[in-house]
Amino acid sequence: MTALTLPRAAPRRHTVLPGFGLTMGFTLFYLSMVVLLPLVALIVRPWELGWDGFIKAVSEPAVYASLRLSFLTALIAAAVNAVFGLLLAWILVRYRFPGRRLLDAAIDLPFALPTAVAGIAFATLYSPRSGWLGQPLKETFDLIVAFTPSGIVIALVFIGLPFVVRSVQPVLEDLDRDQEEAAATLGARSWQTFLRVIMPALLPAWFTGFALAFARAVGEYGSVIFIAGNRPLYSEIAPLKIIQKLESYDYAGASAIGVTMLGASFLILLAINLAQRWVARR
Amino acid sequence: MTASLIARAAFRTALVLTGVAFVTLVVLLPLATVFEEAFRKGWSYFAEAVSEPDAVASIRLTLIVAAIAVPLNVIFGVAAAWAIAKFEFRGKGVLIALIDLPFSVSPVVSGLIYVLLYGAHGWFGPELQAMGVKVIFSVVGIVLATVFVTFPFVARELIPLMQEQGTQEEEAAITLGASGWRTFFSVTLPNIKWGLLYGVLLCNARAMGEFGAVSVVSGHIRGQTNTMPLHVEILYNDYDIAGAFAVASLLAGLALVTLIAKLGLEWRYGGELAAARKH
Repeated sequence: MTALTLPRAAPRRHTVLPGFGLTMGFTLFYLSMVVLLPLVALIVRPWELGWDGFIKAVSEPAVYASLRLSFLTALIAAAVNAVFGLLLAWILVRYRFPGRRLLDAAIDLPFALPTAVAGIAFATLYSPRSGWLGQPLKETFDLIVAFTPSGIVIALVFIGLPFVVRSVQPVLEDLDRDQEEAAATLGARSWQTFLRVIMPALLPAWFTGFALAFARAVGEYGSVIFIAGNRPLYSEIAPLKIIQKLESYDYAGASAIGVTMLGASFLILLAINLAQRWVARR
Repeated sequence: MTASLIARAAFRTALVLTGVAFVTLVVLLPLATVFEEAFRKGWSYFAEAVSEPDAVASIRLTLIVAAIAVPLNVIFGVAAAWAIAKFEFRGKGVLIALIDLPFSVSPVVSGLIYVLLYGAHGWFGPELQAMGVKVIFSVVGIVLATVFVTFPFVARELIPLMQEQGTQEEEAAITLGASGWRTFFSVTLPNIKWGLLYGVLLCNARAMGEFGAVSVVSGHIRGQTNTMPLHVEILYNDYDIAGAFAVASLLAGLALVTLIAKLGLEWRYGGELAAARKH
């Protein structure tokens, strides 16, 4: 197992510190047992259906619809977070206003609040019959958010918010103000300075935040499941489909969906890496 | 000139108000909903909801699971950080990437992988069944899934911190004749204690609040394999909304305490944390 993916490890020769064998051995053992072996079981499982079976499992209408829904809602939520996350990072770093620290702290709440708690809160908040927001939305605009894909998007916006803010914020803090001042002195308008000087520097962090928010949202379950309504072909998310397959003991089918999602998040992480390298090289 | 200054101030105010409105709508209103709904039927209903036997069993199970999963990941995190930060070897980048892997796996998939190994139709399921060992739909499975989702927290906090601190102090201690364990406990541990606490805090919050992964492996047996988040789900689906929010408010309280402690650590010991510097 340990030889599976890891190159041979050899400690640096000239250190006097002990414990490399022990700590490295334990790390590899624990990593293999907890992470690698189970993931191998996931990756191997769907192929008992064969390639055709795999394709059939993920293109079954309800499964395909759920994958489409999960990816689409995650994409929209990540885009919303990209816009508002950038705005929040900007005001937190550049402006001083009362309650700034509180606002800063509130951004981390989605990391700390258990997803099921957020889930029932959103379902209640947007309930068209009695929710603080759901009822006025229904009565004034005849708009129903709960139990529709738009409800899913709202829950995913909550889940993804910290990723964009916390990716952009430190870069913005470290940004050299000299260039901005130079641009202003040379007669650039503030929007020109923002677009031509600040945004290029923020771009990699901004994209990373967007991609992280997207990757997290694709697989999200707890915060979504209560507000989604879970109607087949309409508001069933991919993770729910996995659970349904498991309940009918269709392990291979469940794994096929799981592998598809895992493959997608792998591609996303790869994209982040490539984008960062591309920016670093310029 | 003054007109442009006023326009600028108005623009700033508009941005700040937009940001505050967004966070209120997306983050603060849901939080307020939790507490409002929890106490909607009054204190006595709340007290009853969190002290009835199934609720108490779920609280107990959540504490037990965290008490096993968190120390396991602390031992792993410290060992991994020691090997990675104090020594040079090939493949370090791959190893760090593998440690981060569970963060990018869907919670439901995190549960699924253990069903594939230990479930009735899993790789080791039939053998385990023959031996009378139950992993899935039992506390063992819940602990395993929790260990998986909280796996990177301690390690990813300690690795950059210990890399930054280097090896000089430890090398001095060893050269002066201290044993490896002694060096770790008297030199390394005091240097990383706040970072370690920070990692434990985040690890614990996630361990107690995990829903998706645990939901897959638990089997939802009331009073036996229901953790607090699962108990919340059951109450909610039974239309006991006030009861569900009562238990949920305990979890929200835990999240708030975690956040406050995290902020406290960042403000007071910011220099001794790895993650806080990034903020």
